[in-house]
Amino acid sequence: MNRRTLLATAALGLGLAFGGAASAQGMDKAKACFVYVGPIGDGGWTYQHHQGALAVQEAFGDKVEIAWQENVPEGADAERVLTQMALSGCNIIFTTSFGYMDATNAVAAKFPDVKFEHATGYKREHPNVSTYNARFYEGRAVQGHIAGKMTKSNKIGYIGSFPIPEVVMGINSYFIHARKVNPDVQLSVVWAFTWFDPAKEADAAKALIDQGVDVIASHTDSTAPLAEAAKTNGAVIGFGQASDMAEYKDGPRVSSIIDNWAPYYVKRVGALMDGSYAQADAWEGIAGGEVEIGEITAVVPADVKAEAEALRDAIAAGTYHPFTGPINKQDGSPWLAEGQTAPDGDLLGMNFYVEGITGDIPQ
Amino acid sequence: MRPVQGGGAMLRLEKRPSPSRFWQWATPVLAVLLTMIAGGIMFALLGKNPVEALRTIFWDPLFNAQFASYSRPQLLVKAGPLILIAIGLSLGFRAGIWNIGAEGQYIMGAILGAGVGLAFYPAEHWFIFPLMVVAGALGGWAWAMIPAILKTRFNTNEILVSLLLVYVAQNILASMAVGLLRNPEGGGFPGSRSLSKYAASSNPELIAGTGMHWGVVAAFVAVIGAYVLLQRHILGFHIKLAGQAPRAARFAGVNPQRLVVLCMGISGALAGLAGLFEVTGPAGQISIDFNVGYGFTAIIVAFLGRLNPIGILLAGLLMALTYIGGELAQFMLGLPAAAIQAFQGMLLFFLLAVDLLTNYRVRLAARKEAA
Repeated sequence: MNRRTLLATAALGLGLAFGGAASAQGMDKAKACFVYVGPIGDGGWTYQHHQGALAVQEAFGDKVEIAWQENVPEGADAERVLTQMALSGCNIIFTTSFGYMDATNAVAAKFPDVKFEHATGYKREHPNVSTYNARFYEGRAVQGHIAGKMTKSNKIGYIGSFPIPEVVMGINSYFIHARKVNPDVQLSVVWAFTWFDPAKEADAAKALIDQGVDVIASHTDSTAPLAEAAKTNGAVIGFGQASDMAEYKDGPRVSSIIDNWAPYYVKRVGALMDGSYAQADAWEGIAGGEVEIGEITAVVPADVKAEAEALRDAIAAGTYHPFTGPINKQDGSPWLAEGQTAPDGDLLGMNFYVEGITGDIPQ
Repeated sequence: MRPVQGGGAMLRLEKRPSPSRFWQWATPVLAVLLTMIAGGIMFALLGKNPVEALRTIFWDPLFNAQFASYSRPQLLVKAGPLILIAIGLSLGFRAGIWNIGAEGQYIMGAILGAGVGLAFYPAEHWFIFPLMVVAGALGGWAWAMIPAILKTRFNTNEILVSLLLVYVAQNILASMAVGLLRNPEGGGFPGSRSLSKYAASSNPELIAGTGMHWGVVAAFVAVIGAYVLLQRHILGFHIKLAGQAPRAARFAGVNPQRLVVLCMGISGALAGLAGLFEVTGPAGQISIDFNVGYGFTAIIVAFLGRLNPIGILLAGLLMALTYIGGELAQFMLGLPAAAIQAFQGMLLFFLLAVDLLTNYRVRLAARKEAA
């Protein structure tokens, strides 16, 4: 078979061009591949990415073949998985976790005709590497507002995954907006050091509840924190993370951040096929539709709900930026002056808490 | 079929006077075959062509024109640490000393070795890498000494202590990745400097396209070393004796305390070495989730290989094959990751199940008429 032998040749000398690979003229048929850090059934992060993959399939029908791999560890194994995908004829590969950053760039160097799209990273060492992310901190602002209004103990919690800027940004946005509506609010952060481990996530939620926290936001991928909150019979509320987690609507879930990757995936695969594809660094938010705020349930009083939705709409309209000065760093040194908004560079490298958060980012 | 006479027959197990040498080697093969059959049925139930799935797992990584030139060397990369750790574990297992915490020793070896290398950054000296290798072995050895000494001094259970120390090591790893060993030029992101890109500390592919790095070399050396030790050396004899007949071993002058310290030490050092070669080579840096379970999988490899050095070599390669073939099957055929894990689990399950044949004879015995 012609295609097979062509690929075999490519396999022998990594870096040789593929038969039928991407070109400026576009292509009739494409293979889009997805690398996942968790299982597609995690009900959160990976689930949403997979929904995006399925949307690609839906949009292009039999013109596009999709393939994916779940539970790929972030490290040496990722490089092998990516290489095997490139060898198998993938034209575009979406690597959907921060920890794939170096592997993505290393493999991209060997396959210049395959397009690589890395989620939430910042390294684009080769022209065939693009990065994309979503402004989740915008959604965190809405959650923080609800948390500040809803807490009775004035203790709110956040389950952190890894202490990377992406997560620190979310914590700061959540806290700032809770403090804004409730000056007495205190934030506890528990680090799980995992993206997906329901047992550890549940332990983290338990630890927060034991401290008297009654509103929990999480930055991990499973529904375990909500399941833990559900055991308190309404005493503790939380938010759907990455996915709507609607199955907890009758329980602790009062709203959610929904990652909607479908428009971006469809756009990029479409661009690859019609020949308009170019390297990108995408960072859309509520306005672009990548970040959606899931339905705010009736547990939240109508006036709080209205405020939260107004906040969401102001962010979408661009009239409000969640990081607007004056904001000081945790140590009291000034970060943003009155009226100044945070430059993207500051956010992407954020390694400090804002003033008022107690505790340290793990060092 | 002709009905069996006299009220039928039943299967009866009869203990062999000594373990069967034939079955000792035949059971792993039988276990692999049974796994293929049961796995094939599982794949069929998932709506996949079982023959195609098994071919993708066992054949394609080795011979598929599209992948094999890449995945064959990867087999060594994946099998190297498994074999190195399993060899160390097998010595203790033979003597009845159960080091379950190789994963922790692997982590500590990597941390100490990487720490030594990073302390020299950015100097270029020939002795840096050898020094890191020593530090890696030392890190693993020291971590294994904790359960060893607690056992010899306070008679604690080494299974529990070594296992729980894995979780301690994981937390130390996380703390190192975001703290002491963090790349100062990494923009606040966790993870150390790249050890594989720093020439003095890198553990590169020795011959391009083979996957052979120092860790794989060390694994082969360990296989030979363990073979010689068990066949020719008095320590090897003591290890085997202590496992088979502890009382006789004591009469023969084997000091059980010394044996615990030695076996835990060797297995810890080899696990530490595996960690060091991984962090300087394929993994490239200390990161929060640097460990991916080699220390635990090596336990399966050790038993699959019958605690025999040559067997472990083969078992390590087989295990690596199921990993790499399993990955291929996932994205080529859309098999779920959980199905691949279940498939690997079946291997151990069937091995333990058919192990019965080594020590027992299955007899077809006529049932007695009474009762």
